[in-house]
Amino acid sequence: MSIELLYILILIIPLITAVGVLLCHNKPDIRETVTIIGGISLLFVVANLALTYDFKEPVTLTLLEPFAGLSLALRLEPLGLVFALVAGFLWPVTSLYAIGYMRAHHEQNQTRFYTAFAISIFATMAIALSANLLTLFLAYEMLTLFTLPLVTHAGTDAARRAGWTYLGILMTTSIGFLLLAIIWTWSLTGTLEFTSGGILAGKAEPAILGGLLVLFVFGTGKAALMPFHRWLPAAMVAPTPVSALLHAVAVVKAGVFTIMKVAVYIFGIDLIGELDSAYWLSMLAGFTIISASIIAMNKDNLKARLAYSTISQLSYIILAAMLGVASGVMAGSLHIAMHAFAKITLFFCAGAILVSAHKTKVSELDGIGRTMPITMLAFLLASLSIVGLPPLGGSWSKWLLLQATMDAHNMVLLMVLLISSLLNLFYLVGIPLRAFFAKPVDPNYSLGIKEAPTFSLIAILITTAGCLVFFFLVNPAWNLVEQILP
Amino acid sequence: MNLMTHLPVLIVVVPLLSAALCVLFNNRKSAWLITLLASFFCFYASINLIQIVQEVDVIIYSVGGWEAPLGIELRIDALNALMLLVLSGSAVLVSIYALKSVEKEIPVQNQVLFYTALLLVKAGLIGICVTGDAFNIFVFLEISSISTYALISLGHDRRALHASYQYLIMGTIGATFILIGIGFMYVMTGTLNIQDLSQRLPVVADTSAIRAAFAFLTIGVGIKAAMLPLHQWLPNAYAYSPSVVSTFLAATATKVAIYVLIRFQLSLFGIEFSLLQMPFNKILMILGTIGILGGSVSAIYQSNVKRMLAYSSVAQIGYILLAIGLASEPGFTAALLHIFNHALMKGTLFMALGLIAFRFASTELSVMSGIGKTMPLTMAAFLIGGLSLIGVPGTAGFISKWYLVTALLDASLWPLALVILIASVLTLIYIGRVIEVAYFQPAPEGITQQKVPKSMLVALWIFALSNIYFGLYSDISLGISSLAVNQLMGVTP
Amino acid sequence: MNEILGHFNYGIVILLMMMGLYIVIASSNLIKKLIGISVFQVSVFILYITFGKITGGNPPIIVDNVDVYSNPLPHVLILTAIVVGVATTSVGLALIVRIREAYGSTDEDDINDIDKNDNFYLKNRSTT
Repeated sequence: MSIELLYILILIIPLITAVGVLLCHNKPDIRETVTIIGGISLLFVVANLALTYDFKEPVTLTLLEPFAGLSLALRLEPLGLVFALVAGFLWPVTSLYAIGYMRAHHEQNQTRFYTAFAISIFATMAIALSANLLTLFLAYEMLTLFTLPLVTHAGTDAARRAGWTYLGILMTTSIGFLLLAIIWTWSLTGTLEFTSGGILAGKAEPAILGGLLVLFVFGTGKAALMPFHRWLPAAMVAPTPVSALLHAVAVVKAGVFTIMKVAVYIFGIDLIGELDSAYWLSMLAGFTIISASIIAMNKDNLKARLAYSTISQLSYIILAAMLGVASGVMAGSLHIAMHAFAKITLFFCAGAILVSAHKTKVSELDGIGRTMPITMLAFLLASLSIVGLPPLGGSWSKWLLLQATMDAHNMVLLMVLLISSLLNLFYLVGIPLRAFFAKPVDPNYSLGIKEAPTFSLIAILITTAGCLVFFFLVNPAWNLVEQILP
Repeated sequence: MNLMTHLPVLIVVVPLLSAALCVLFNNRKSAWLITLLASFFCFYASINLIQIVQEVDVIIYSVGGWEAPLGIELRIDALNALMLLVLSGSAVLVSIYALKSVEKEIPVQNQVLFYTALLLVKAGLIGICVTGDAFNIFVFLEISSISTYALISLGHDRRALHASYQYLIMGTIGATFILIGIGFMYVMTGTLNIQDLSQRLPVVADTSAIRAAFAFLTIGVGIKAAMLPLHQWLPNAYAYSPSVVSTFLAATATKVAIYVLIRFQLSLFGIEFSLLQMPFNKILMILGTIGILGGSVSAIYQSNVKRMLAYSSVAQIGYILLAIGLASEPGFTAALLHIFNHALMKGTLFMALGLIAFRFASTELSVMSGIGKTMPLTMAAFLIGGLSLIGVPGTAGFISKWYLVTALLDASLWPLALVILIASVLTLIYIGRVIEVAYFQPAPEGITQQKVPKSMLVALWIFALSNIYFGLYSDISLGISSLAVNQLMGVTP
Repeated sequence: MNEILGHFNYGIVILLMMMGLYIVIASSNLIKKLIGISVFQVSVFILYITFGKITGGNPPIIVDNVDVYSNPLPHVLILTAIVVGVATTSVGLALIVRIREAYGSTDEDDINDIDKNDNFYLKNRSTT
């Protein structure tokens, strides 16, 4: 199959799935089969693309050209492939999980849920494949809009308020800052193509470029850099599969992915290294890492705690991109994948606890490990991966990150990362430990609690296995991220 | 006699005579049919004229064979052609839409007269856009305005009457100011032909009479264009007029006033004099910016959606004025593009509201709860129009916003670029309010799927889809706009 | 002295114009506002007619022995403008009749009060 056809297929499969889901709206079994089939075929196509694509001869597919020089186009590069593979792999897994979750939880409007989910994946894939900033921006906005019905899924007043926060912050930053930065880039360089080595070097005063970088980073509200992080905890009112795939993987990763792309292909990593504002942004990312961890420690709601943990982890990647060294870019890209597997597992577990035990608070989980051992074991492994301990995938990216801070001679950030690991240990690993070893307050605690629904359990096992496999088989991923900076 | 060579005059004469025909037939069905046919003719003519302008050159037509400057000359360059396209295009869609909407909203005995007045408005607006004579502009402006007053007063709310009256007072003051301005120019140069005036004005430009003429013209046109702070007539006039009228006015009327502004400022006085020497560019930019922010913020606080869109129009006019104020080539291109694109988005939005008014006899936000489920097609079109208004990529609004921001950055006015984008966020808020009510609030008990006439839906969707089409393929709109800008900049000394 | 007499017409124009505008702004009675508008328009008509006068010019009818004519064009223009003015006034008066039917008043303050106190949209149907 030609590469262009694969591009088209990647975009079209989620859309067809969405239509299929809509058509089968009154037959739940067929509807969910359609979702799974869509997910698996998407994964198949992405994998096919990964195997046949040669990065030395990139293929560009121009879809539309609204006006001269400014087009909607697709082109795959290594960073995009990492993102596409992660999202493509986790979508069918999440669908599997969602079947168990949504049924056990008796959610309303499941058709709307699955449809919006599939279209969100379409937007995610478009982000991953985008060949220029305009395409990226368009897909970025679509992702915001299509995930909105998922955030407000419950339809309650709280969900609507959360929806407004979500839309407000993401749209304000993207239109106010990101679009301004994009148009500014256009007016400075006359192009928006992602070009190896960057397009902005030498085009304007360093002060202006520095300001531009700040606009880009703050404009990407999805990366949840403080002070624009409020939308992520707000989005936690969504059903857990949404929080798991979109607000731990697709949406937030789209944010850091955008920042990485801008850093590598618009500014160029050398230029980033020279800009003062990049240094201050990396410091701000460091501040976000620490303060989000501290907030997470004080959150009793499990999903809120995971959300703040995500904010902190996203800033790892922003920090990596802003260091302006090659090892930082690789560490950041690797972390996109590693964190995705670990965090989605954590959310899966949180959802499983919610449907099986109806618990949402951390303080209520003492002793739950006896009745839900598999879930809590998965939780433990994923937490360890986030902390960055071997033998789990997260250790590689953490290791590389530390190395990158050393390359950049930034001891402050090195300390930040180490302290953050300690904090992670406290607020994440503590939960499964207490679940296994602490005694429940109520002697009848275990009554009525059983292991998660089968479908969900399978999904949890798959992602946990992913965390483990990545430790031992990190080579393919490593080879991929090495090609980002030839 | 070849019909094609007379297109420039026929495009005015046909709607004018059709208006008379409507009264003669005195039957509402045939009145509608005449309106539709006349609109189609104008659309056909404007397409032809555009092709000639693009491929050959500026069209000059001497009425009755009397050469200018003695006779009256019709002159169609790319700017005129662009305006004609906007006018006749929206006229066709509005005519298709009118059949059912008028049947519902206008009392039976007034329907024939309604179509007559509508045709007169069209004739007047088209007349402004083809004539090469300054006094003719005044006459056509008044033809369209007086018919507009009558049309607005036909709104079913009694406040329409008062709104129409206020518009009449403001509009007449504006038109009379324009008359004074034209008079001064005539006294100083002895000609009324725009081409001729532009040659002779620079010689006498540095006199107080010409400066006074400039001031009178600007204020007069400013009133017609609803330039802040002369916009007070607009929100009520749009909010209470019948749906057909508000759609047509929102898509065209203020744009034509802006066309007159551009024509006077650029072709007549020249960029040098009007924008730079008179510091009118700064005034325009300041007024434009205040208009953008003030209009958007006021829109957020409206409980009537039609009124909200009217305030949004004030803001959108601010965008166009700001772009003109830049006095640069990209600025003018952005202004013309936005004239075109804004007609598309406002047309869509007001038409969608017209359909809602058709069903619920109201455009209050409160009646719209759950309407996304009960009138899905209408609200989907509204959504497209709204996204275009916000300026989401892939819609027409994005193209013009892109050009405007680029033009501002070229002039290193990045704070203003930020203002534009913040205004987009404000737009998001007021469109978002409607979307939230329509899609996320449950419909009241007992309200089920609402049937709406097919013809209205077709017109609405053509408007909506053109938002997307011109967002993806901007060759046509951009081509004419940049040609027009080239001609404008070339004409001016 | 000649200077003043020569500008006499313009003085009248300015006086009428200001009077007209003042009535439009200051009066709350709709009919009086319309009268103000008419006065304002008439002032502009006089302005145009004054433009057309050329010192020593004759009426523009071609006869022997006359070389200097007054300019007829402004008069023609103003004929059109007068027609426009009449049309505006009549539409305005018609509107006032309708407003009087719907509100029972021709005073702007009253109408604003009625609108403010009676804010429910559906009730406000006019009696058409």
